Amino acid sequence: MRNAFFNAVFALAREDERIVLMVGDLGFRIVEGFMAERPKQFLNAGIAEQNMMSMAAGMALEGKIVFAYSIANFPTLRCLEQVRNDVCYHGARVAIFCSGGGFTYGSMGVTHHVTEDLAVTRAMPGLTVIAPGDPIEAACVPAAIVAHDGPFYVRLGKAGEPNIHAGPIDFQRGRAITVREGNDVSLIATGSMLLVATRAADRLKADGINARVLSMHTVKPLDLDAVEAAAAQTGVILTIEEHSIIGGLGAAVAEYLAERPGAGPRFKRMGVPSAFASEIGSQDHLLAHFGLTEAGVAQTAKQMLAS
Amino acid sequence: MNPLPTKQRQSSVDLALQIRRTTVEMTSRANASHIASCFSVTDILAVLYSRVLVFDPQQPRWRDRDRFILSKGHACAALYAVLAEFGFFPKEWLETYYLDGSRLAGHATHKGVPGIEVSTGALGHGLPLATGMALAGKRDERAHRVFCVLSDGECDEGSNWEAALFAPHHRLDNLTVIIDYNKIQSLGWVKDVIDLDPLADKWRAFGWAAREVDGHDHAALEALLTGVPFEAGRPSCIVAHTVKGKGVSFMENNLQYHYTPPRGDELPRALAELGVK
Repeated sequence: MRNAFFNAVFALAREDERIVLMVGDLGFRIVEGFMAERPKQFLNAGIAEQNMMSMAAGMALEGKIVFAYSIANFPTLRCLEQVRNDVCYHGARVAIFCSGGGFTYGSMGVTHHVTEDLAVTRAMPGLTVIAPGDPIEAACVPAAIVAHDGPFYVRLGKAGEPNIHAGPIDFQRGRAITVREGNDVSLIATGSMLLVATRAADRLKADGINARVLSMHTVKPLDLDAVEAAAAQTGVILTIEEHSIIGGLGAAVAEYLAERPGAGPRFKRMGVPSAFASEIGSQDHLLAHFGLTEAGVAQTAKQMLAS
Repeated sequence: MNPLPTKQRQSSVDLALQIRRTTVEMTSRANASHIASCFSVTDILAVLYSRVLVFDPQQPRWRDRDRFILSKGHACAALYAVLAEFGFFPKEWLETYYLDGSRLAGHATHKGVPGIEVSTGALGHGLPLATGMALAGKRDERAHRVFCVLSDGECDEGSNWEAALFAPHHRLDNLTVIIDYNKIQSLGWVKDVIDLDPLADKWRAFGWAAREVDGHDHAALEALLTGVPFEAGRPSCIVAHTVKGKGVSFMENNLQYHYTPPRGDELPRALAELGVK
């Protein structure tokens, strides 16, 4: 996903001189070519995210569209006030984009686990929050950013994730993509969990359960129409995210469902409990630790259907 | 560079006196804090706006304007007073300062207020914002300059020093930082909280061309501020030695007036010291 996103930014920047790629001393063996090719559209801000984020806002207020890259905790939690005041309050055209979402850097330890970013960014007024589900979605996001006058936060994983979509997609900010049709249960996933959700749906299919899978790549603004349709047509909703169950996708869906008139669907959030990981390990290891696997999702869906 | 608007040729000393009168009335009317912070920076603002900055109140977003950021956004009453004096918005707005429903908040706010570049008040944001603006200006080969006023207590914030490292590395000589060094911060003397001395030497060590000045000496301020950049290829730093509460004897160096405006008979006494009969 990371490379797909970067390549799309490079391509857009070649056509649009307003675009500046700003990095927080990260991007080894990704950005060097662009840096040499377009030095006026590249900036390494160093390891100083507070200054980086305010500078990004300052440049955006001068007419730039700034894509600001780091590992996900650093340009969010580290400098959240800069994101709030300087980027969001000024409506600055800054797109914060990050690798390392969730447990991408699981073995690096809890300091590099990113499990609260969607919650804090979702709380920022005016900030669009996106976690693409595969490289095909990731490649679409930069164009959506340039087309929309406002700030963004984009959570990416690493490099090397498989494509999930079979072909070209109609990617629109704030519009979920239906990846699997089905009316028995809805699996609403964001980011890396789209792969887990689609594989879980395939397992459920083998058991005669037709699961709808929605890629909720835009966590804010949430596609309420898609959630409403899932509630009305399937009656069972399971959200899946590589993120705390507090404040992210599941919370956003829950907030909508709780305030919706009438009887709600059966609903459950899958994600990371509000706890630091008690051990380290690879992304797959930690996801399994928290039950965020295709087997875990399929089992949870079955339990919900049986309840 | 465009000629300065006519108003800018008026005496900066007269302007400063008017700002102090207006500001004390604004803060006392609203029972708002930070009047002493306004008074320490008033002469700097008066010289900047009457002698240094290039701007057009009729076109607040004019592309070639000099950018000014009051990073010590808590002193915004003085800045609002200056902007109204130059016609960025009606003077009547000042009467609403800090009151219910007003657009003039107690920290500098850009929303709906012509002439305020960016909202500040959370300390340590202004200089990094200014640095981004200066970098964009350089890359776009624009002639305008960026000026940013910090408070001394604000220099405790690490984000300033991130920008202080960055700006000289990128040779941002279109950027000038002015530090309102009134020696008092929220809970006491700067030297007792986190001592900043030698302040100008710190900026020099980071690569800035730094000068020191009496921040209430208009001629000296004008000479320095019209002389930036002090060195080609380096950002400029002016450490302005000031007095918190400057201009009203009982407010000078008195931390109480960081928090409360003149009240009761203090207001007429303050206005009398400012020449208002």
